[in-house]
Amino acid sequence: MATSSTPTGQDMSATPRPIIEVDSVVIRFAGDSGDGMQLTGSEFTKASAVAGNDLSTLPDYPAEIRAPTGTLFGVSGFQLQFASHQVFTPGDQPDVLVAMNPAALKTNLPDLVTSGSLIVNTAAFTKPNLTKAKYESNPLEDGSLEGYQVFPVDVTGLTKECLKDSGLNAKSIDRCKNFFALGMTFWMFNRPIEPALKSINDKFRKKKPELADANIQVFKAGYHYGETAEIFTQSVQVKRAEIAPGKYRNIMGNSATAIGLVTGATLAELPLLYAGYPITPASTILHELSRYRAYGATTIQVEDEIAAAGAAIGASFGGSIGVTASSGPGVALKAEAMGLAVSLELPLVVVNVQRGGPSTGLPTKTEQSDLLQMLYGRNGESPVAVLSARTPGDCFDCAIEAVRIAVKYMTPVVLMTDGYLANGAEPWRIPKLSDIAPFPAKFRTDPENFFPYERDEKTLARPWVKPGTPGLAHRVGGLEKDALTGHVSYDPENHQKMCELRRDKILRIQQELGPIEVNGEHEGEVLVIGWGSTYGAITKSVNELREGGAKVSHVHLRWLNPLHPHPPQPQALRPTPWTARPARSRCGTVARSRSPGWDAT
Amino acid sequence: MGSEIKLKKKDFQSDQDVRWCPGCGDYSILAQVQKSFAELGVNRDETVIISGIGCSSRFPYYMTTYGMHSIHGRAPTFATGLKVSRPELNVWVITGDGDSLSIGGNHLIHAMRRNVNLKILLFNNRIYGLTKGQYSPTSETGKRTPSTPLGSVDNPFDPVSVVLGAGATFVARSIDTDTKHLQEMIKRAHAHKGTAIIEIYQNCNVFNDGAFVQITNKDAKEEQQLRLVHGEPMLFAGGTKGIRFNQLGVPEVVEVGEGKTSLDAICKHDETMDTPAYAFTLAQLRYPDHPTPVGVFRAVSRPTYDDAVNEQTQRAVAAKPSADLSSLWHQGEVWEAE
Repeated sequence: MATSSTPTGQDMSATPRPIIEVDSVVIRFAGDSGDGMQLTGSEFTKASAVAGNDLSTLPDYPAEIRAPTGTLFGVSGFQLQFASHQVFTPGDQPDVLVAMNPAALKTNLPDLVTSGSLIVNTAAFTKPNLTKAKYESNPLEDGSLEGYQVFPVDVTGLTKECLKDSGLNAKSIDRCKNFFALGMTFWMFNRPIEPALKSINDKFRKKKPELADANIQVFKAGYHYGETAEIFTQSVQVKRAEIAPGKYRNIMGNSATAIGLVTGATLAELPLLYAGYPITPASTILHELSRYRAYGATTIQVEDEIAAAGAAIGASFGGSIGVTASSGPGVALKAEAMGLAVSLELPLVVVNVQRGGPSTGLPTKTEQSDLLQMLYGRNGESPVAVLSARTPGDCFDCAIEAVRIAVKYMTPVVLMTDGYLANGAEPWRIPKLSDIAPFPAKFRTDPENFFPYERDEKTLARPWVKPGTPGLAHRVGGLEKDALTGHVSYDPENHQKMCELRRDKILRIQQELGPIEVNGEHEGEVLVIGWGSTYGAITKSVNELREGGAKVSHVHLRWLNPLHPHPPQPQALRPTPWTARPARSRCGTVARSRSPGWDAT
Repeated sequence: MGSEIKLKKKDFQSDQDVRWCPGCGDYSILAQVQKSFAELGVNRDETVIISGIGCSSRFPYYMTTYGMHSIHGRAPTFATGLKVSRPELNVWVITGDGDSLSIGGNHLIHAMRRNVNLKILLFNNRIYGLTKGQYSPTSETGKRTPSTPLGSVDNPFDPVSVVLGAGATFVARSIDTDTKHLQEMIKRAHAHKGTAIIEIYQNCNVFNDGAFVQITNKDAKEEQQLRLVHGEPMLFAGGTKGIRFNQLGVPEVVEVGEGKTSLDAICKHDETMDTPAYAFTLAQLRYPDHPTPVGVFRAVSRPTYDDAVNEQTQRAVAAKPSADLSSLWHQGEVWEAE
């Protein structure tokens, strides 16, 4: 638990107990993939948000839906950092580990801080489970946990006892045990219990009322157990963080992307057609958007990734904003269709929720290794606009921006997020309607002197014409276009001109971008350049180094194509003696593709 | 658009030079579409023609409607996205045997399964023309081409059987040179609500000349074509032969007339039959053992995908009149920081 522990001895509950006040806590829930650790973690997250802490989360689950129980590869985890100050990451090492079985202990213990707190479900430490976790002796008994604050609790047994009169079968009872663990942690960290009670009720009441009652009962039992069993000698208090005033909700990256897309379409006064194909970790964008028919979003699940891109482009041709999302392997399949959208010069938003590669790679693990794919992964010279989100909440702003630029410049726009942002959560300040200006799309309706590839002087965008508009019937296609009429042209000079136009159109997007922000001095010894979800980790590290007196600055790129224009101070991005470009990929693709020489497209 | 002047065939002809090889069957198909559209009073501004890649897929450039020349095999995907978002538009897909049955096979079957309200013209010349003569998924086994100098070992697809298997609600077959029949089929497809597909036997006089000559030439026609007409007995060869189904449901060719099989025993064609098995059985009639059926194999009614999606939307909108950005953003647990 980070910094400045001061016993206050405040009397916060019925039973007097010493309360330790700390600035931040990192807690990790780990158990079998069927143990409900993701749900447990997200309930703890909601309560911490309501308690006014700043927070950041990291779910980490196996690709197997129900891996064999008790195995090392079947362990599912959820880590959360909550603090009384601004939080940039889910934390490096947990202060508290909740391990529901031996496998969870084995895989997660190496990360726990020295002398960290360890809550273990003793009932799960059976011979077969120890064997499955490849323990030769029981770590609860062999002294190997010395140095940690171990809280052994028979979570399974206590849950059974609590629900013995519930009428539920043994299997259902066993599946309630995560709420016992949750209840204990709520007591331990003084979390308000009302949000969890409401949430459990909302989740289970309609479909399985008996489970709503059981889970609430077990949750309360866990909470009271913490209070009465006196195994936790103290409780921990993390004060409210000072955050900007306003209304907040918790948001995960893919949710933010989904509502950002709907918001963007609404502001553009366009219907939204989202076509998708299931893929981890992008699918939840499709799930969430599918609930927003009433908000002007139509979703279709189609036969493959190519069809998803095709249907989105078809909708854009018809005057909607076409959107598709996928992850690396799926986006690879969309490449040809994206190239067509470059040639057709139609708006299109493609979201790449990156995951580990190559090939199928690591579907449930995050990585930032698709930047080169998005910048260059199409045949011919086919530039598209590329931007990246830095936090879960930032996905909302980036999705709106992607729609705005796609429509204004008649171009495909790629929004890059990743598994870390997609499934991670943070408190999100809900915007006010007055904060965001609408940007209604313009359609050409005047048949006088109409040329399908005539360009707007400022943006170089061609006119958007809805089929059905009288007198403006025209044909577009993937064959090279005459720069004015749009007729098929094999003329080499025209091709040169079109390549330049397509490049210049993307460069014109720089008009929209403010100067790049520099965290730190514009002249220093080390400049750290990052993009995407490394924002939190870089910011935290740079701030720590700067507090230690190091001359380190940080620039975080939102736009990757085009790059932000030069900052007003010409020296700001002059190569410093050291330029570090960290990314969540081994080779750091931005280092190879985007050097501070700023040679865009 | 009731006030619009009656359009003629030439009103559907764009100013672009048609670049197909002289003698190509595509010219006739283009002309029959233009003629039929004029006769149907199709509104050019509300019609979109979307093609994939291949010789036939140049088609949209030669029409005065809205059009999109897309990518290989994927035309149904663009058409689906367009039709779902703009159900009032009249959307046609132009494709070939390689485009729709090889690289685009997946999209073709899913368009059928969904019953999107699209009209698909499948130009079948049993060869890859644009890439200079390789065998296609409809080429006959043993076909010698630049890519199969020893003869193709592939078993061909029959397009009609494929789409019937995928649940197509309107399936017809016609021939490029049979202008009247082709126009009739185009008009029937236009009138159908749901995915309508016409397989058009099309001659590639450069790479696969005479691909259907055994069926289409003047002398063989009577003997080799079975004209499917709803409600009419399946007769051919000037009415001297017919199709009868035996006890196992297998069709067989019989001689019709006095002292032979009576007309009553000849099956009357029913394109509205609910089971696709009947139409599928007809699709198995092939040269040289049987006459080849041309006409409408199947025309049944089923809700369309675009209607179903848009009805869901209307219901969702009606159920949530309060849907606005503010309610979109304020979901879940909301708290206030001061």
